[in-house]
Amino acid sequence: MMSTNGGEMRWQDALYEQLRAADVTIFAHVPDAGHRVLIDRSIADPDATSVPLTSEQEGVGIAAGAHLGGARAVLMMQSSGVGNCINQLSLVQHGAFPFLTIVSMRGEFGEGNPWQFAMGQAVEPTLSAMGVQCLWAHDPVDVETVTMAALTMAFRAERAVAVLLSQRLLGAKAF
Amino acid sequence: MIDANQSAGQSRLNRQTAIPALIGDHTDFLIVSGLAGPAKDIGALTQEAGNTFLFGGAMGGAVPMALGLALAQPDKRILCVTGDGDLLMSMGTLATIGALKPANLAVVCVDNALYQETGSQDSHTAMGVNLARIAEGSGFAATRDVTREDQLADASAVLRQTNGPAFVLLRVDATPPPKYARNWHASEMKTAFRKSLLGTR
Repeated sequence: MMSTNGGEMRWQDALYEQLRAADVTIFAHVPDAGHRVLIDRSIADPDATSVPLTSEQEGVGIAAGAHLGGARAVLMMQSSGVGNCINQLSLVQHGAFPFLTIVSMRGEFGEGNPWQFAMGQAVEPTLSAMGVQCLWAHDPVDVETVTMAALTMAFRAERAVAVLLSQRLLGAKAF
Repeated sequence: MIDANQSAGQSRLNRQTAIPALIGDHTDFLIVSGLAGPAKDIGALTQEAGNTFLFGGAMGGAVPMALGLALAQPDKRILCVTGDGDLLMSMGTLATIGALKPANLAVVCVDNALYQETGSQDSHTAMGVNLARIAEGSGFAATRDVTREDQLADASAVLRQTNGPAFVLLRVDATPPPKYARNWHASEMKTAFRKSLLGTR
């Protein structure tokens, strides 16, 4: 990955630019270390709207409302926030809304905080139960391909899709 | 703005007349309604015209959806009409709206202080919680606590003219919403709404 000025680009920056190139303009998020670059980029971007949430569940309705109004949104959250969204995903499934979330995973590869495993290990089964397909990215070279697949599924096929950024990719938090 | 002497148990309006009077010409707005009573109030008022999306579940989702719509359509006036129960479940979004301050979003809370859909249990607002003050403290640009008919015209103007998020707490009695057989299919409402607004499905 190269930036426009020829330097090596972080995969997080490339991911942000890929989302913007796909006309995603609304970036809803709960503060999270794994999404720090995406959040900071969305705040600094005059052509995007960065939406700080009090709880991840707000992001589901915001994304659906954006679609009603002809805009594209992404919900950026940590795996623990997935549990907060579950009933709100009724709106997405029953209403057949496009939905894209990017989840920074905890409670899996190399996790040192035992509190994180319960929800982290429940991310795929709960999202799957609510009709959200999960696509994993484990390595920086995967991110662009996985994101392109997710963008196509969410905004062309109008499906609900989660990109799961694994701790193998993000690095497990040190305790 | 908010009369400190007002409390639950004081005068309350009849929703069947107060809501049409408050909203006036509904075509001034794109409307998202919360589930249960307000979905009937709004469905009966607009006959589910293309400016209307009615919730029937996903409790707590109406205010966030209205916010997403307001961000996507900054040149349109967005109105969220929802009940006290639904808003109590999405109070955090009042803070999010207060933080973002969208100029084009108004929220009406139809507060009957009851969970009428589930057997008329008292809601928190029957126990003293004042949702207009929570909206005010969250940073809404204008808030009104409406208990009398003579306050409706001012509140109606606030919904239309506030340059910033507006909030109207409409205190209503236990009169049920109008009988109305609403569409329960969210995907159909979504498609009709987008066709009307965007000319696309």
